[in-house]
Amino acid sequence: MRIRTTLTVAAGASALALLTGCGAADMTKQASPFANARGAKTVTLSVQSWVGAQSNVAVAQYLLEHKLGYRVDTVQVDEVPAWDALSQGRVDALLEDWGHPDQEKRYVEDKKTIARGGDLGVTGHIGWFVPAYLAKQHPDITDWRNLNKYASLFRTPESGGKGQLMDGSPSYVTNDKALVKNLKLDYQVVFAGSEAAQITQMKQFAKEKKPFLTYWYSPQWLFQKVPMTEVKLPPYKEGCDADAAKVACSYPHTPLQKYLNADFAHSGGKAADFLKKFRWTTRDQNEVSLMIAEQKLSPQEAAGKWVDSHPDVWKKWLS
Amino acid sequence: MATLSLPASGTAKPRVLRSRAAGKLLLLALVAAVLAPWAATHWPGAAWPHALTVSLDKPLTTASDWVIDNRDSHPLFLYFFGHVSNAVVLAVRAVYLTLLAAGWAGVTAFGALLAWRVAGVRLAAGTAVAFLACGALGMWVPTMQTLALMVVAVLASVIVGALLGLAAGLSDRLDRALRPVLDTMQVLPAFAYLLPVVLVFGIGVPAAVLATVVYAAPPMARLTALGLRGADPEVLEAVESLGATRRQRLLTARIPLARKELLLGLNQTIMMALSMAVIAAVIGAGGLGDRVYQALASVDVGAALSAGIPLVLLAVVLDRVTAAAGNGTPADGRPRTIGWPYALAATVAVALATRLLGALDWPDGWTVGIAEPVNRAVDWMTGHLYSGVPVIGGTADWAGHFTTWVLDPVRDGLQWLPWWSVLLIVAALAWLIGTWRTALTAVLAMAAIGVLGVWEPSLDTLSQVLAAVAVTLVLGFATGVAAARSERVERALRPVLDVFQTMPQFVYLIPVVALFGVGRAPAVAAAVVYALPAVVRITAQGLRQVDPAALESARSLGATGRQQLWQVQLPLARRALLLAVNQGVVLVLAVVIIGGLVGGGALGYDVAFGLAQGDLATGLVAGAAIVCLGLMLDRVTQPTERRPKKGA
Repeated sequence: MRIRTTLTVAAGASALALLTGCGAADMTKQASPFANARGAKTVTLSVQSWVGAQSNVAVAQYLLEHKLGYRVDTVQVDEVPAWDALSQGRVDALLEDWGHPDQEKRYVEDKKTIARGGDLGVTGHIGWFVPAYLAKQHPDITDWRNLNKYASLFRTPESGGKGQLMDGSPSYVTNDKALVKNLKLDYQVVFAGSEAAQITQMKQFAKEKKPFLTYWYSPQWLFQKVPMTEVKLPPYKEGCDADAAKVACSYPHTPLQKYLNADFAHSGGKAADFLKKFRWTTRDQNEVSLMIAEQKLSPQEAAGKWVDSHPDVWKKWLS
Repeated sequence: MATLSLPASGTAKPRVLRSRAAGKLLLLALVAAVLAPWAATHWPGAAWPHALTVSLDKPLTTASDWVIDNRDSHPLFLYFFGHVSNAVVLAVRAVYLTLLAAGWAGVTAFGALLAWRVAGVRLAAGTAVAFLACGALGMWVPTMQTLALMVVAVLASVIVGALLGLAAGLSDRLDRALRPVLDTMQVLPAFAYLLPVVLVFGIGVPAAVLATVVYAAPPMARLTALGLRGADPEVLEAVESLGATRRQRLLTARIPLARKELLLGLNQTIMMALSMAVIAAVIGAGGLGDRVYQALASVDVGAALSAGIPLVLLAVVLDRVTAAAGNGTPADGRPRTIGWPYALAATVAVALATRLLGALDWPDGWTVGIAEPVNRAVDWMTGHLYSGVPVIGGTADWAGHFTTWVLDPVRDGLQWLPWWSVLLIVAALAWLIGTWRTALTAVLAMAAIGVLGVWEPSLDTLSQVLAAVAVTLVLGFATGVAAARSERVERALRPVLDVFQTMPQFVYLIPVVALFGVGRAPAVAAAVVYALPAVVRITAQGLRQVDPAALESARSLGATGRQQLWQVQLPLARRALLLAVNQGVVLVLAVVIIGGLVGGGALGYDVAFGLAQGDLATGLVAGAAIVCLGLMLDRVTQPTERRPKKGA
């Protein structure tokens, strides 16, 4: 019987392929082949590579599955490609965006394939950080003007005679190369290549109390493990980062945003409503992140624990 | 390094050849004497002259913007790419639903029965255990997603590959045109294939499947052509004399005779599709690869392994079963194990039984978490080996020294060399080892890198490749010699090599970061580990295939074991050794590129950056440079013998 059903499915699929073969096929309207399997209502969420984003998705997934009866697929996509995937409907939601004005203009305003999903409730900030033990040793190191004085402290084999400024994943928003050049710093930006690699490296440095200077961002769970102090860069003013090559100011504080596929936002039913209402605090997010990254709980276990202990927060999202 | 292959050639070659080599060098020196001063005065400086570069940033960005803006309206997309994409989605979905409908018991039963039918009881048991392990690790659904994607990609690859192979096998002209293309496609790192498909299809399963097909079809095509061409001419003549038409000859003689090659092609296609399906997680393939990718993002080696182990098991099972099918056991007199109808009936019965019991999904209580103990072990390792180990120093110190004393000098040396002298060295090496054609291709590829304006990062990547290949060859030749000389070593090594050869390249990255920190050294380390098994294998095989008569006579002349090795075995195995070098270079390049994800920088980082930031111009240029670099490295290390009848 099963086989016959199978054959029917296969035959149906090929028949459908033949049928659609006569007309136009808009590939921007194709969902993931793994979505809605066996009649389940499915939501596809995009996950970004940092743990904070995983926490958002884990909690959303837990509530969608356990309270609303959806089946959730997650796909790991970096932010910029996620915009494209979102516009094509291959994922339904992006829960944490750090500000991409170009994409916003193209997809939200011009093409109208993506709809805004509101604030996540968390404010993100990027900056340069040194470990707290180093700031204690050299209190004046937290001003960018003194960085050159200490460049020799940060020298590594990879930085070739200059100080090392560690950057993370290529997918993150960064002006560091321009900053080093425009502030005339004796530093070399070394890209760890992924956040995983960067965290491993920072933990190693911290364990031996070695000095390091790194691109980092909050909210981030690692601050609980490796306390760090921000290095003051020239203050941020509206528009001072407009020309990427001439940036000479620090990074802004960004209220993180949610975005939904326009069709999904319109006809996604309960799931879409829930994702629009999803809004929590930096502390909540860090709590889940820490469980995932440090206690090595699976995201679902971590989300379950959080959900059990914070009903007052999430009850509002379901109403 | 490529030069390592040269000493062997000097001892064995007769004088004529050596003088021919000298002639080649002399000619090149002449060319250099004429052109170098002119180039040096015209464009002084070591780096590729800016006047000779072509910037593709603008057109590529425009193209990428155009694609995004027109993807939902332009007829090309609506009536062609849209249907391709649609067909892929539907096919993958159909397979996925089928697998889910069969349930875990059904799939396991079918896999085991299939293995039993083609490969015997032991592999059947192995297959069942592998599937159950996937479920036990909590990876059933991702495994099915990967499997669905694989089934579609492999089918498409086999069809495309077989058609191309058929054409190349029947027509000499097509063969000549296709062969260099296929050869080249096989040496390119998987990473380079991702960007063009993303440009057209965007992130998602269609792009992943198409990249997989492009990557996995060439071996099928090559081996099909090889099988058709290698058919015994006497048999063909006999068939012809019986008055068979051309079509009958093809269907009844040539294709059946090529069975072994066809199945070998299937085997290779499956293995390549699997490795690509994992890497394609970067462009949204989903499934097991995505789990590995997600776990790596949070430095979770344990979780990465829980997804990596099913991948390895799948790989080993698929490899063994298709290999056994290639050896043609059932037809050759062994009793038939189980007929197709029975196998299918049993599968349906099992699937229905589980369905009636309502246990289609893998039961929640049956999963084993391995992530935690693995992570504890990794923590211990990094805690105790990283640095400050007395006497030998920690792994991080080694990495630092390797970077300062090996990688930096090699890179600085390469970047210090004037660009025209790099071209000359490439030409000289390629010509000495291969023919003037390979030399020409190599030089043109290298020049193309300069023209693309990525000379410096390419040399950076090249320096990492050279260092990694040198380490790989030293370790690989030593292990290979040991394995060739001792049965016991060989037996002990075999399972290790099997596993290491099938592990997804991604999984290597995190432990090396834990051990060596961030930078070029861990990238090189991962590349060495990845390339080592192939080099060991080819070396050991080459040494063992040395004519026993030659060895016997050497022994009777009273040669010691060492003398036998150096004066008989190694020179006679020269071809295998060169092949090992060639394979080593190709594999190392593939992983050095992925090393861009752990601080390897250079071209790999540019590709990752292009994918991550949607900056296709940067990514595509870097991808093209990788292609050129792969082409150059392959041609430089390509021995003449690989294509004995050139142009025949």
